[in-house]
Amino acid sequence: MTGDNTLHGPARTGGDGVPRRKIAINADTTPWYIYAAIIIFGVAAPFIFPAYTTQIALLWLMILFALTWDICGGQMGYNSLGNIFFFGAGMYISAVIQVGMFTDVGTYTSARGGEQLVLDYGDYFFSLFVGTIAAAIGCVVLAIVLGRIVFGLRGPYFAIGTLGLALAARELAGTWEWIGGGSGIAMPVYPGQPHEKSVVFYILFLLLAVLTFVFVRWLYATRFGLAINAIRDDEGKAEAMGIHTLRHKLVAWSSAAFLLGMSGAIFGNLTGFIEPLEVAFPAATFGIFMVVMALLGGKGTLWGPVIGATLFHIVKEVTWTYLLGWQWVALGLLIVINVVFFQEGIMGWMQRKWPERFGITVDQRVSADKAGEEASR
Amino acid sequence: MSQPLIAVEKVSKSFGGVRANSAVSITVEEGKITGLIGPNGSGKTTLFNSIVGYHPIDSGSIKFEGREISKLLVPQIARLGLLRTFQQTRIYAEMDCVQNMLISVPHRNATLTDMFRAYPAELQDEAEHLLEFVGLYQKRHLISGDLSFGQQKLLEFAMALMNKPKVLLLDEPTAGINPTLINGLIDRLKRANQEFGITLFVIEHNMRVVMNLAENIYCLAHGELLAEGHPEEIQNDQRVIDAYLGAH
Repeated sequence: MTGDNTLHGPARTGGDGVPRRKIAINADTTPWYIYAAIIIFGVAAPFIFPAYTTQIALLWLMILFALTWDICGGQMGYNSLGNIFFFGAGMYISAVIQVGMFTDVGTYTSARGGEQLVLDYGDYFFSLFVGTIAAAIGCVVLAIVLGRIVFGLRGPYFAIGTLGLALAARELAGTWEWIGGGSGIAMPVYPGQPHEKSVVFYILFLLLAVLTFVFVRWLYATRFGLAINAIRDDEGKAEAMGIHTLRHKLVAWSSAAFLLGMSGAIFGNLTGFIEPLEVAFPAATFGIFMVVMALLGGKGTLWGPVIGATLFHIVKEVTWTYLLGWQWVALGLLIVINVVFFQEGIMGWMQRKWPERFGITVDQRVSADKAGEEASR
Repeated sequence: MSQPLIAVEKVSKSFGGVRANSAVSITVEEGKITGLIGPNGSGKTTLFNSIVGYHPIDSGSIKFEGREISKLLVPQIARLGLLRTFQQTRIYAEMDCVQNMLISVPHRNATLTDMFRAYPAELQDEAEHLLEFVGLYQKRHLISGDLSFGQQKLLEFAMALMNKPKVLLLDEPTAGINPTLINGLIDRLKRANQEFGITLFVIEHNMRVVMNLAENIYCLAHGELLAEGHPEEIQNDQRVIDAYLGAH
């Protein structure tokens, strides 16, 4: 042991200064005032910016998208391009359950929107609650069943396999007449005023985003967090060490599916009308946005997806308003800058720049040794 | 000792037309250090991979504590307490050393809810104790991918000890390690064997190391078992000398 010290000198991280503490994996060192600021903004936003209530509600949805994508994509190293599948599946499950609670689904959809489901407040919120829970549970079941197939794939094959899943679901929903086929299905009508509706759904999305953040923050601090990081770093090694890799992968994907299913159910009710291409399975917009947002903010970090989603959403809304016609070009440019110059994302870049602030220890001498070793090979 | 810990019987494995192992039989006795030597390409790593379940074997049988394991999967075999380290050292490069250690705890009886539990503080003590044992205590909060190759090798060894295996298969533990550190490593391997009671099965090219370490040595050449015996017997075996000098 002393041999090592003389070889490399005493490391800067001497154990003596570090106080004994309970084991905190991926400890969240965020100062309290950041949380306070976010909560104050979240509560006050619909009053300060009443005209943008729905846009800000969608910001919470985008944060949920990025955070749930990052469970598998960032923390576990499985880049799914098909997580939008659970968004759409949750939407359709809730639609069928909510409509089915009051009328026959087949008759309702064959009327092609000619029939409207008008409910009172009690029935509406009860059906919304039941539909959302059913969507969450249904998506978990789908994730466990389909996960057993797609988690046999690695790397780019997993990405393409999951993308195929989302596209197949989209085609299937488009031809399945019972759920409305290509012409879609109308959701129960909100019983109150439009502005009241937007505030209600704003609150639902805010609560869902907070739930998602609190959930992943807890998840990454358990053994589970380390295990999926181990799968990301070297899955073959994780297997050789006896980690139940498939079990962890299924739980990771199911967690994302649970939250995405709920968000899909609530989004469907907000939109009021579901159809497969643009609303339920928008693989080329929301499906790609969730990946881009996580990469932009820094995948594999707690805050990266939140930052990425916020920045992305602001850029998107601003360009849609002021650069109409060029908005896709602007978004494309943002993505290109991200993947060419900031591959590690905003959080990753900050962690490399100021490691001590994030509790990461860097030993310059070790890094120098390593560089020398690699150069001499 | 009634039965050996690992009993490999007439195991054959071919890749296409290449017979990597043909009818190899070896035994690893509990509590001992067994060595496996042979020239490059003689099938040593293939035999290791067969034992730990990386690929199905063509014929023969592999028993661990009397139980047939040749049909089990890699994680299942690892959970039985039969662990291997890699020739190309493999660690979780983006995690720090303590995290690497913590995730290496045994998963033998892990239930579904265990994965959501936190780590008790005693595990951190155990992790730090083992890191101190291999001489990495000072570097325990560093990202492991930033360590030098030799240090990563030591970390991988410590991770294996954290898993509390019954037997540890080490694929060239001293390859790429600074010669001045090799003596320390031999000492630690012996202490792991004696103090922690872990049976070792070691592939090694460095003759000085393997002769110093192992109580019983097997020599492979061209996928066949060439010789078996105590270090002195192997050292003086003309067939082994010929195999290494290329007389085959």
